Amino acid sequence: MELEKLKELIQNEVPNAIRGLDENATPSALLVSSDLISQVCELLHSNEQTYFDQLSCLTALDNGLEVGTMEVIYNLYSIPYDLHLMLKVELARESPTINSVSHIWKTADWHEREAFDLLGISFSNHPDLRRILLPADWEGHPLRKDYVEQEKYHDIVVKWKADE
Amino acid sequence: MRNSMKETELPEIGGLKTGEGGIIVSQLDDLLNWARLSSLWPVGFGLACCAIEFMSTASSAYDLDRFGVIPRNSPRQADVMIVSGTVTFKMADRVKRLYEQMAEPKYVISMGSCANCGGPYWEHGYHVLKGVDRVIPVDVYVPGCPPRPEALIGGFLKLQEKIRTESVLRPKALEKLMKEKNGA
Repeated sequence: MELEKLKELIQNEVPNAIRGLDENATPSALLVSSDLISQVCELLHSNEQTYFDQLSCLTALDNGLEVGTMEVIYNLYSIPYDLHLMLKVELARESPTINSVSHIWKTADWHEREAFDLLGISFSNHPDLRRILLPADWEGHPLRKDYVEQEKYHDIVVKWKADE
Repeated sequence: MRNSMKETELPEIGGLKTGEGGIIVSQLDDLLNWARLSSLWPVGFGLACCAIEFMSTASSAYDLDRFGVIPRNSPRQADVMIVSGTVTFKMADRVKRLYEQMAEPKYVISMGSCANCGGPYWEHGYHVLKGVDRVIPVDVYVPGCPPRPEALIGGFLKLQEKIRTESVLRPKALEKLMKEKNGA
């Protein structure tokens, strides 16, 4: 199915969900409004014409302080139709919050935890949102552009050299 | 080394005799040291790619067994810990606990650049401990990224050399403790 057709399909079911297209992305992407992401995902997952039954990857990125946004990116794949699709969602950098899609694809559970751990994006309705890679008592989210590593962790100096 | 040391160079230890032990103790030292250095049992664990080299060192091609080195699966049965790989801060707590569970006398070989000083993560590796000697004392550092099996064997030989010079009369840790107590 073509991107335009997919866009139409979503527009009919969930109005105002699509904010634009990104043809340069691989696979080509739909820009989705952040508060409607779980509805769009549910539709794409269960619709007979799409059946996006696999979430290949969920990732996030920080666009930096000047732009002031963060993005969550969903890579979907439909096994029955051999279709690829990317969804992009833009969030405000101040308090990035978005609905979880872990009730649709189990894969999202750990991927969302990773995005939370490294970028501090909060996924509402997530069953178990805690750090997945870093220790539970770590401070900050390392993949944020303005991240500054903590001075000490459990009384051990973090930097290679500290006033040596 | 012990025999060449002069009387005046011996450190003062309060309440303990500092002289050499004579023929009986020195023979006992030799026996104990020989026993210890001939059966260095490491804790069987690995952290990263260095662990692969550690495993190949234990394989028949390099045959670590011929030095009496047999990996043990409990720290309580082990004499030496090979820190083979990148020590993250999350892992550092665990490595320290493993070390504390080992019985004395215990030794540590830091294997590879990551365990020595943080390796390639020294600058941007916010999650990596910059040298395992920040949490546990290290006896031998083996350089390399990762070190070849020959280098690890070299590390064991170096450790054996170190153990060969030990004495029951002047245990290093006690010496250090007494020094601190006396406020030196």
